[in-house]
Amino acid sequence: MRRSIPAVAATLGLALTLAACSGGGSAGPEATTSATAGGGGSSDLVVWVDETRQAAVEEAASAFEEENDVTVEVVLKNFEDIRTDFLAQVPTGEGPDITVGAHDWLGELTQNGVVAPIELGDRTADFEQVAVEAFTQDGQVYGLPYAIENIALIRNTALAPAAPATWDEAVAAGRAAGTPYPVLIQTGTEGDPYTYYPLQTSFGAPVFAQNEDGSYSPELAMGGAPGQAFAQWLQAQGQAGVLKTDITYDIAVEAFKNGESPFIIGGPWMLEQFEGLDLSIDPIPSAGGQPAQPFVGVQGFYVSAQSENALLANDFLVNFIATDEAQLALYEAGNRPPALTSAAETASEDPVTAGFAAVGAEAVPMPSIPEMGSVWAFWGVTEANILSGAAEPVAAWDKMIADIQGAMGS
Amino acid sequence: MSTQSTLDDTSTAAGDGDAPGRPRRRLRSPGVPHASGTTGGLVAKLVLMAVVNAFGVFAILAAWNEGSYGILAAMVALLVAADWVYFSRRTLPLKYVLPGLAFLLVFQVYVVAYTGWVAFTNYGDGHNSTKEHAIEALLVQNERRVEGSATYPITVLERDGELGFAVVDEDGDVRVGTAEEPLAPVDGATLDGDAVTAVPGAELLDRRQVLERQDEVTTLRVPFSDDPEDGSIRTQDARTGYVSTSTLEYDAEADTMTDVTTGTVYSPSDDGWFVSPGGERLNVGWRVAVGFDNFSTAFGDSRYAGPFLKVLAWTFAFAILSVVTTFLLGLFLAITFNDTRLGGRRIYRTLLIFPYAIPGFLAALLWSGMLNRSFGFVNQVLLGGADVPWLTDPWLAKLSVLLVNLWLGFPYMFLICTGALQSLPGDVMEAAKVDGAGRWRTWRSVTLPLLLVATTPLLISSFAFNFNNFTLIYMLTNGGPRFADASVPLGHTDILISMVYSVSGLDGTAAKNYGLASALSIVIFAIVATISAITFKRTKQFEEIS
Repeated sequence: MRRSIPAVAATLGLALTLAACSGGGSAGPEATTSATAGGGGSSDLVVWVDETRQAAVEEAASAFEEENDVTVEVVLKNFEDIRTDFLAQVPTGEGPDITVGAHDWLGELTQNGVVAPIELGDRTADFEQVAVEAFTQDGQVYGLPYAIENIALIRNTALAPAAPATWDEAVAAGRAAGTPYPVLIQTGTEGDPYTYYPLQTSFGAPVFAQNEDGSYSPELAMGGAPGQAFAQWLQAQGQAGVLKTDITYDIAVEAFKNGESPFIIGGPWMLEQFEGLDLSIDPIPSAGGQPAQPFVGVQGFYVSAQSENALLANDFLVNFIATDEAQLALYEAGNRPPALTSAAETASEDPVTAGFAAVGAEAVPMPSIPEMGSVWAFWGVTEANILSGAAEPVAAWDKMIADIQGAMGS
Repeated sequence: MSTQSTLDDTSTAAGDGDAPGRPRRRLRSPGVPHASGTTGGLVAKLVLMAVVNAFGVFAILAAWNEGSYGILAAMVALLVAADWVYFSRRTLPLKYVLPGLAFLLVFQVYVVAYTGWVAFTNYGDGHNSTKEHAIEALLVQNERRVEGSATYPITVLERDGELGFAVVDEDGDVRVGTAEEPLAPVDGATLDGDAVTAVPGAELLDRRQVLERQDEVTTLRVPFSDDPEDGSIRTQDARTGYVSTSTLEYDAEADTMTDVTTGTVYSPSDDGWFVSPGGERLNVGWRVAVGFDNFSTAFGDSRYAGPFLKVLAWTFAFAILSVVTTFLLGLFLAITFNDTRLGGRRIYRTLLIFPYAIPGFLAALLWSGMLNRSFGFVNQVLLGGADVPWLTDPWLAKLSVLLVNLWLGFPYMFLICTGALQSLPGDVMEAAKVDGAGRWRTWRSVTLPLLLVATTPLLISSFAFNFNNFTLIYMLTNGGPRFADASVPLGHTDILISMVYSVSGLDGTAAKNYGLASALSIVIFAIVATISAITFKRTKQFEEIS
């Protein structure tokens, strides 16, 4: 009998191999198809969500399941992985029917042909305009927006009683408060161009030129004199010790929480950490004279271009996620103001949410054109190098513009 | 029993199994000569083979459904091989080798071949899928709702075997059409509010039937009128319909895309785009083979070539120095703690294993925090508030990487050296002593060569591991500080594998280019394989000593 042990092990191994082999190529879609065909009208709708949105989506899904007699599978994924996995898996037929995502992925998703348009029809007017615009490309809407997010100046009112109008005022108020840091901005050795963007726009150096209808053209606009002025300002802040590359997100949040600075530039996702502090949300002070406009990011749901359940997917989004209940549940899960106007009004009863929304009203949508993907790798590091004194501001900024143009061309 | 059957098997495998007339063989059922002889074993084998066959057939059918003929062919071959091996008389060795062989094929050969194939394609952003998908995506992306058109309540129906829509128009009349026949008013349809309840000559589909055929429903376009300019009705949720027009049309015979508003004809190009005669291209492309383009980019494109050489040099320096430093420290400590005169050796040895017990990525992350210029433990506590840019100065960053890797790696070397030292034969040492060799001479001519025989294969694998030690670099410095003079996002501590990661765009900071990344991985594979082959050959010289 002993001799059968290797045989068992071997056969099991082979069975596993075969199973693994089939799983790699075809078992997934096969399972979906058979569920559709054999389930007698009960179809599987697969939705990818991340942790913060899971509960809210599951709630909407259970209402949808009941009404339509279908099953909705909510798959939990890391938000950072969703974009890459969606791009890689949709063409193989293994992706989800719906995924949560940010609007600035849009350019990449359409360029790779993995998202399908959503016809909001008359419901378009129910959403905040910027939210629908952010998901619009070339006149077509590709996602159902559910939340709008932007950064603002978060002020600890115990340390700074009044909102600063300019950057210099903020620094002066910060120094007067006697805290270790006048103003906190997360930076890190690779920079954080998203958080620094309002300061950059206050010098009149937006990343891409905007067309008349508000959409972006793939033409870099942050070069030239305004960009160089921003670079020089960065160097000055670094030399004065106001901004440092050592301040990472964790360090900045921790320091603000401990009352080590009256100001931090950040988003609603930080608020959970600041419980107990008396906060006021103010516009970001201008450093270069012009208005400091942060990026607006819109979160939403995309439908896969290869979805076999497109009808259900659209029905679920347009008729179940675009409701006050679902949008408010998502708001409570992530603290980001809802994209549905009626839900946003309810949420704005909270002064902090209203504060972020007020700053967001003056903000610009983050570009979603595919060229945006070539910008990040150079942008942040250049800012960090100028700040730390490792690079000459004007030369480094000009080289960055040339490098981005090179990357966009390739 | 077991001995008997083994002998029997061996004789069969050796080739004289066809000698007739041995009475024992007659007693067995002819189809399964190799069942271990007990009924239990035979049943187990049959059950397992049935499972394997069931899996195989399932996979084959699934592959057939999906049209993945490569997988289908591979599955058929594997299944036939498995059945032949386990039911044939002449394949005893294969019975043991086959599972491993199958694993090797699926997880090694296939992966390598797939990487190789990707290296010769333009797989990446804009070329993410097949041409079929690209055409589909282009058509759907260029369909627009007619501006100012109304929203129509819609009902899906089936007429003469064809799907169609029943629409309630602005006047409250019911109009019905299919893909072939434009919308036309019908008589005798009944309405309940906005919902159509009956249409003569047609069967209305209920929600369940619609869901079963949702693919057909969402792709159905019912012309609004005889004039194609008016567009067609489509629906996405089978509740409301919208009139839309398409600006792009695909001509399957000519294989061209036509923009109906401007009349521009786009034809497919060699590099996977639809391109107009004027050089304009449509948004979505597809994967095509591009030959050696990726390899020539890696070495020929000046933006990559310069950094590539620097990264290559540092990769070698990093891998070699890592192995040498960890080995020397590990060896030193192993010799020290091998001396019986030292007390408390067990405690020391246990403590030394400590770094080995921490997961590598976690340790690298911790070190990255401890080496932070202003807030790190090293500067703040150990150096009394010094301002040393451990991770931001090019040379210090390299030093930090090596030191952290030394901290991570020496316990392993300590372990293997201790093991090797303790297994050295005592008589050889004795002989050296008798021959009058001193301590140093014994160590250099006897201990070290013998030690190297045992450890060289491990040193080579350690080299290969460090050559691709992505975790450490990614978690500790992320390749930084960035090259000041390069136009690609690479840095002073980037090794080849982290360069591949950055080039592939998986980190989200650049456009994805899997083709180029695969080409670079193949180059890395070639380098590591060559070095390993040469070194293993050299190792044989040591073996001659022993």
